[in-house]
Amino acid sequence: MENKKKLVIGVIGADVHAVGIQILDHAFSDAGFDVTNLGVMVSQEEYIAAATEIDADGIMVSSLYGHGELDCRGLREKCNEAGLEDILLYVGGNIVVGKQPFNEVEARFKKMGFNRVFGPGTPPEETIQCLKEDLGC
Amino acid sequence: MKQVLLIDFGSTYTKVTAADLETREILGTAASYTTVETDINEGLEKALAKLFDKTGEIDFDARFACSSAAGGLKMISCGLVPELTAEAAKQASLGAGAKVMKVYSYQLTEGDREEIEALKPDIFLLTGGTDGGNKNNIIANAKMLAASKGDFPILLAGNRNAADECRRILEEAGKKVIVTENVMPRFNELNIGPAQSKIREIFLERIISAKGLSEASQLISGIMMPTPAAVLTAMELLSKGTESQSGWGDLIGVDVGGATTDVYSMSYGEPNGVNTVIKGLPEPYAKRTVEGDIGMRYSAQGIADAAGIPVIARLAGLSVEMTEKLLKQISEKTDTLPETEELAALDFALASQAVKIGMTRHAGTIEKVYTPIGETYLQEGKDLRNAEKVIITGGSLIHAERVKEIGANALYDVTQMQSLKPVKAEIIVDEKYILSAMGLLAQHAPDVALDIMKKELVTHGIAE
Repeated sequence: MENKKKLVIGVIGADVHAVGIQILDHAFSDAGFDVTNLGVMVSQEEYIAAATEIDADGIMVSSLYGHGELDCRGLREKCNEAGLEDILLYVGGNIVVGKQPFNEVEARFKKMGFNRVFGPGTPPEETIQCLKEDLGC
Repeated sequence: MKQVLLIDFGSTYTKVTAADLETREILGTAASYTTVETDINEGLEKALAKLFDKTGEIDFDARFACSSAAGGLKMISCGLVPELTAEAAKQASLGAGAKVMKVYSYQLTEGDREEIEALKPDIFLLTGGTDGGNKNNIIANAKMLAASKGDFPILLAGNRNAADECRRILEEAGKKVIVTENVMPRFNELNIGPAQSKIREIFLERIISAKGLSEASQLISGIMMPTPAAVLTAMELLSKGTESQSGWGDLIGVDVGGATTDVYSMSYGEPNGVNTVIKGLPEPYAKRTVEGDIGMRYSAQGIADAAGIPVIARLAGLSVEMTEKLLKQISEKTDTLPETEELAALDFALASQAVKIGMTRHAGTIEKVYTPIGETYLQEGKDLRNAEKVIITGGSLIHAERVKEIGANALYDVTQMQSLKPVKAEIIVDEKYILSAMGLLAQHAPDVALDIMKKELVTHGIAE
């Protein structure tokens, strides 16, 4: 258990999409990660509290209802305040309202401090590949 | 084993209860002042003499005792994140019957170390990190404790991967260390049972003699535990029943004392409605909370601060000036009895608000959230709306007038719809003050203890 990389996952904000996060839980676990799944309607503080206790390597934020931009704002700053300066932050799903060019969306979320940004319909394998690269495992 | 003596060494009174296991009844109860400063047996002998005046001489087959004398079991607990391991550590300590003097989270500072030295706990519970999780914090805290003065034992119940190093650091500094399972082995998984049994062991091995209770233990055949742990045991038995007898199901217990108010709930407190998402740490079935600022004498001002003087005055039917004057009087002279009409009215108001505040802080909350796909509820803590019994215990309430009205303050209130308190419940009073005694008896003869409680606890009717 100690050697596995540890991830905190969950659906942020007032979002109750409960299915996708279970799929991610299985996919990440099967790929050899130690997954702590916070479920739906997760606040920024809950991600940070969980990541602190389990000493997580990454926080994987899901958002499907279009309000991701509002919900994610300030998460990196709060992580820094909490002593999680080195933690990997990913975000994915339908993270913004409407059809916006993905490169613009990606740039906005990267500016907010996310290491990787994934658009709608990204297969879990792609995210897992990125995790392996970023965490060196 | 036929006739059993059950002793509760309280901070003020030593209470004795004689029970007959064959007829399954209470033979008598009596109380005298606790004499822990001189010889604890003096108070016990006096209480026994009073008991024998009522019952005649009894040759007891066994004597069991619990104690909250000499300050009770004083603990400090420490975790990493306040809502997670620090909360789990606090739950573990409270459930073991401890008086939790302080809860620390994150890294202990030099100032904290000095505070710990001054507080002189009986046990320090050190936790932090899930198994395989954060190690740095608990190791830093072990180093800080290693540098502290004081010979209190340290119970380690944190990240198992940091336990060896923490133990080494503390033992090298000459500290007594006991290692047990993590209070939160995985994220949001509460595992407080192992820490609680270790607390009980340490209490038996070390604390009893340190508190001058060991002279008494020569007379006593068995188990000593902190009094709140005995009360918790009794309530759990009453709720769950035994193999041969059913219990009362979900129930609440309220004990309003002079300095603190204890609230107990026996319930999983799971959500009742659909579309409810639970937040926060899972709740233990047998949960105890203690309000240090809510009590009838030492903490009377705390009740007034929390409820507001006008509320107390209105409930008591007194003027605000009179209420303030009397409050000052009882806070200074804490042995004041409600001998005048005004004092009795004030006590009624204080007790009502103590029950209300204690219960509100204990019960879970629910919040309606509008999401893009409709209304959803967020629940934190226990949903106790379906608990059907509220048991009132504690010296200051069991003989009070209008105790049903006082107890009804534990119920659901339309002005606080977010607070998940019982909607309709029977108010039951522990008039003979037997709960701690029955908790002790429950260890040896649970069926008898349950029978006696069902017989001796007095219903005051259903309130809603």
